[in-house]
Amino acid sequence: MKHTVHPLDKRFKIAHREALIGVALVIINFIWWYGFAYGLGSDKVENYTYIFGFPAWFFYSCIAGFVVMVILVILTVKFLFKDVPFDEEEGDIK
Amino acid sequence: MNWAVITPLIIFLLIIFAVGFWSNKFVLKSNSFLEEYFLGERQMGGFILAMTMVATYGSASSFIGGPGIAYTQGLGWVLLAMAQVATGYFTLMVLGKKFAIVARQYKAITLIDFLKERYKSKTVVILSAASIIIFLFSSMTAQWIGGARLVESLTGLPYTTGLLIFAFSVLVFVIVGGFRAVALTDAVQGVVMFVGTLILLIATIKAGGGVPKIISDLAAENPNLITPFGAEGTLTPAYVSSFWILVGIGVVGLPQITVRAMSYKNSKAMHSAIIIGTIVVGFIMLGMHLIGVFARPVLPGVKIGDTVMPLLSMKVLPPFVAGIVLAAPMAAIMSTVDALLILVSSALVKDVYLNYIKPNAGDDHVKKVSFSVTAIIGILVIILALSPPDLIVWLNLFSFGGLESVFIWPVILGLYWSKGNKYGAITSMILGMGSYILLDRFYPNAFGLHTVVMPIVLSFIGFVMVSLFSHKKEAAGYLKIEK
Repeated sequence: MKHTVHPLDKRFKIAHREALIGVALVIINFIWWYGFAYGLGSDKVENYTYIFGFPAWFFYSCIAGFVVMVILVILTVKFLFKDVPFDEEEGDIK
Repeated sequence: MNWAVITPLIIFLLIIFAVGFWSNKFVLKSNSFLEEYFLGERQMGGFILAMTMVATYGSASSFIGGPGIAYTQGLGWVLLAMAQVATGYFTLMVLGKKFAIVARQYKAITLIDFLKERYKSKTVVILSAASIIIFLFSSMTAQWIGGARLVESLTGLPYTTGLLIFAFSVLVFVIVGGFRAVALTDAVQGVVMFVGTLILLIATIKAGGGVPKIISDLAAENPNLITPFGAEGTLTPAYVSSFWILVGIGVVGLPQITVRAMSYKNSKAMHSAIIIGTIVVGFIMLGMHLIGVFARPVLPGVKIGDTVMPLLSMKVLPPFVAGIVLAAPMAAIMSTVDALLILVSSALVKDVYLNYIKPNAGDDHVKKVSFSVTAIIGILVIILALSPPDLIVWLNLFSFGGLESVFIWPVILGLYWSKGNKYGAITSMILGMGSYILLDRFYPNAFGLHTVVMPIVLSFIGFVMVSLFSHKKEAAGYLKIEK
């Protein structure tokens, strides 16, 4: 029974690592989003604090969270992701 | 007719046409017609790749439906929409390089090619082709109706004329230009969506008297509007979080997104697409839904959510600029429809016709069949959209979550789990779709989670159990034969 049709390939090692990084980023993203939204947002509205006019929970969870994720994505791609060739035979790109 | 609004829309359409005909040159010149027509010869660069992903994903609901619900629910709905930031990086990272490399090894042009090579099973091919054709066909019809309604409300033309204008514009460039035209027009449309969001967000904040003023107006009307729990306090953390599955990570299983993950040129393109895609999708989702909430004090008392965005644009912007902004939802709908059209066509031509009906068709024959199948699907959709049957409306409700439950595990486990086999894949596809439809009918939102969660869990368990079980059985069988 041959289930592994693809030959062992060291490019796959890189690919597997990067897929796991993707999963890790989603988990960080989710915790940040959930923590600030429901951590700060569950308070009574009268006790809300505001940042640039937005309720603090919204500012940290949605706006700052988005900025943080963009920065994390840029850093991981720049420093952790590796260039690999996709075709066995290189060249021949118009 | 309001010509100041319509002129930018017409200019937008002309640009789209130009791109379509320019792409046709590549289709005619290419020495591998199928790969060019259905995959753009895997030549997408980073910017185009990011934009075509965002534009395909961002549909009528991001620009019309979503802001409409945000208008009624308040900031809680913006919070929910932000689950979509994950799609910007997650899909490309997880399918990633492995999918790109394996797809090239298999010489796969469609998602189904990949599944066919991976599982070597006719049943898998037929199940996938059937789900793609049935579900994307109906969601295409639904988007088409949305597009026609939009043309109708912007120009004042009757629905039928609106539909024909909209349908004709999309069909022309998709039929002549194939995937390359779809991806390139997506890039134009993605830019329009981004700019439109930016302009309208700024104008709305100005019209509302600044963010602090808008927020205090909202709190004065109903304090719940500025909490994460929705206007009636009905958005529970569990329910909102479960959207991370539906519109966040589950998107990995949508065929129209997956096929894009094998269309790019090299790993540099993929890297920059991850960054650009995250920024653009996050900005559009945050911006559009925030616009919906901010519209409330600016434009109180709107009854039909879907009209919030067009009405708001007309109110807070000068007519010509409103035209540019309203090209954004138009672009969103078009870029979704064109992707679905080329995908359904590829499923019919490449996966059904060339696999089972006429495997040794010549190049010219394939060309003719591809052009005409694409055209016929388009025309069928127009006819259906003229008076949509209930079945289509019903099927469309399942298309997003249903396709995710069908494809997510066969794709992901097919890539990363070598023990996964065809029996597991077939089980998980049937289980995913079946349980999605049944749960939606009889037990929606189980445990306070969105309906999509359970089918994805069930199809995962089914895939793993059946693969392991049949693996052992086959291994035992092989041992016997060897002795």
